[in-house]
Amino acid sequence: MAASAKVRVPATAKKGEVIEIKTQVQHEMESGQRKDAAGKAIPRQIINKFVCKYNGAEVFASDWHPAISANPYLSFFITATESGKIEFFWTDDKGEVTKAEAEIKVS
Amino acid sequence: MKRAVLTATLIGAAAWLAACTDEQPASGHPTDPKMAKYVVGKLRTGYTYAEPETRAIQDDDFNNPSFFWVDRGKEIWSKAEGTAGKSCASCHGEAEKSMKGVGATYPKYFAPKGKLVNLEQRINICRTEQMKAPEWKYESTELLAMTGYVKMQSRDLPVNVAIDGPAAPFFEKGKAFYYERRGLNDLACKHCHVDNEGNYIRAELLSQGQSNGFPTYRLKWQKFGSLHRRMAGCNEEIRAEPFPMGSDEYVNLELYVAWRGNGLPVETPSVRK
Ligand code: HEC
Ligand code: HEC
Repeated sequence: MAASAKVRVPATAKKGEVIEIKTQVQHEMESGQRKDAAGKAIPRQIINKFVCKYNGAEVFASDWHPAISANPYLSFFITATESGKIEFFWTDDKGEVTKAEAEIKVS
Repeated sequence: MKRAVLTATLIGAAAWLAACTDEQPASGHPTDPKMAKYVVGKLRTGYTYAEPETRAIQDDDFNNPSFFWVDRGKEIWSKAEGTAGKSCASCHGEAEKSMKGVGATYPKYFAPKGKLVNLEQRINICRTEQMKAPEWKYESTELLAMTGYVKMQSRDLPVNVAIDGPAAPFFEKGKAFYYERRGLNDLACKHCHVDNEGNYIRAELLSQGQSNGFPTYRLKWQKFGSLHRRMAGCNEEIRAEPFPMGSDEYVNLELYVAWRGNGLPVETPSVRK
């Protein structure tokens, strides 16, 4: 199934306000520690990096490791500084990047 | 191994269950006002037995990973496929209107086949006969997505399956299955979901085994899955040979299970442990 992601960003915020961002990405997060029916190891295939950019500047990033569930949900806080675009990038072991973005109006 | 957590713990389950019947009643809170909608008389949905963390995932559609599938179903709804060049929407228009209440009435007797069909199978009949498109495999992403999307159009409406008329003999077969002991552990569905509802079986709190939330996102599966997959799991847990998903045996059983919950609100897409 093609990866898809959803994000929840407040549409508006006051300058300096700390806002919560919620994200969820569809991914099987194959840990690399399971074996198939024939006893062969199933190769690891997880998202290993998540990055959030605010008008182009990185404001939140995290490295991910095995033992994170499939379809991971992540929420975090950032400070609203200016109106613009918030972008999200999930990169997996195959180098595939799932992207999402949202607009925010800051007054 | 993601799927074998319970299996290994169930040897000797029968004796163990008998021993734990005297323990504390369910830790669910059927009197909590937040639960009200999921309690109808003596009937309680799996939601009321779920842990708060699991319920929280279901409470907010944004957090509920089922929506990756349901949203996919919505996309496919208006995508033409097959040699008839039609999509579901070509004939059924907006699912929100045309499919409202439909999922709550399945499985249903289907005269052209002379037997019951469940929602998955009814959708596939439209695929093959109306759209001239290949049928979706049971438990495929597409079939789960569409079943979830169609069933969700009945969310909060009461389960309302018919067991009279031509459905009656199939209902009787389903009921017989429910009460029949099977497997190495020699247990029937009713031993867990009727006699021991509210008791723990190791770390699992036994619910009434209601079907109103299916397809469901199960944390153990880490994906969306069908009622038949759950039934097969319950069969395997007692060391019984599961029936194939979509088999007549499971569809008849599905009618019995749905009828036990007639009146409960459809909860699809639910989230379970
Ligand atoms: C050994 C005990 C056991 C037996 C026998 C058993 N189950 Fe289950 N079943 C469970 C457990 C444990 C769960 C997960 C917790 C819960 O909801 O009860 C479960 C869950 C379910 C659920 C999901 C409920 C929900 O709200 O998501 C359904 C439906 C179900 N079982 C149906 C059946 C049917 C039909 C049979 C007979 C074929 C059966 N079970 C036999 C132990 C059992
Ligand atoms: C060419 C027209 C056509 C197409 C395309 C079509 N259907 Fe149908 N569908 C029908 C007809 C006709 C019925 C029977 C209506 C009735 O019994 O009242 C039906 C019945 C159904 C029912 C049962 C309704 C009930 O009340 O029990 C479901 C569910 C359904 N369709 C889903 C789908 C889905 C999902 C798709 C796309 C994958 C689809 N259909 C595509 C014509 C179509």
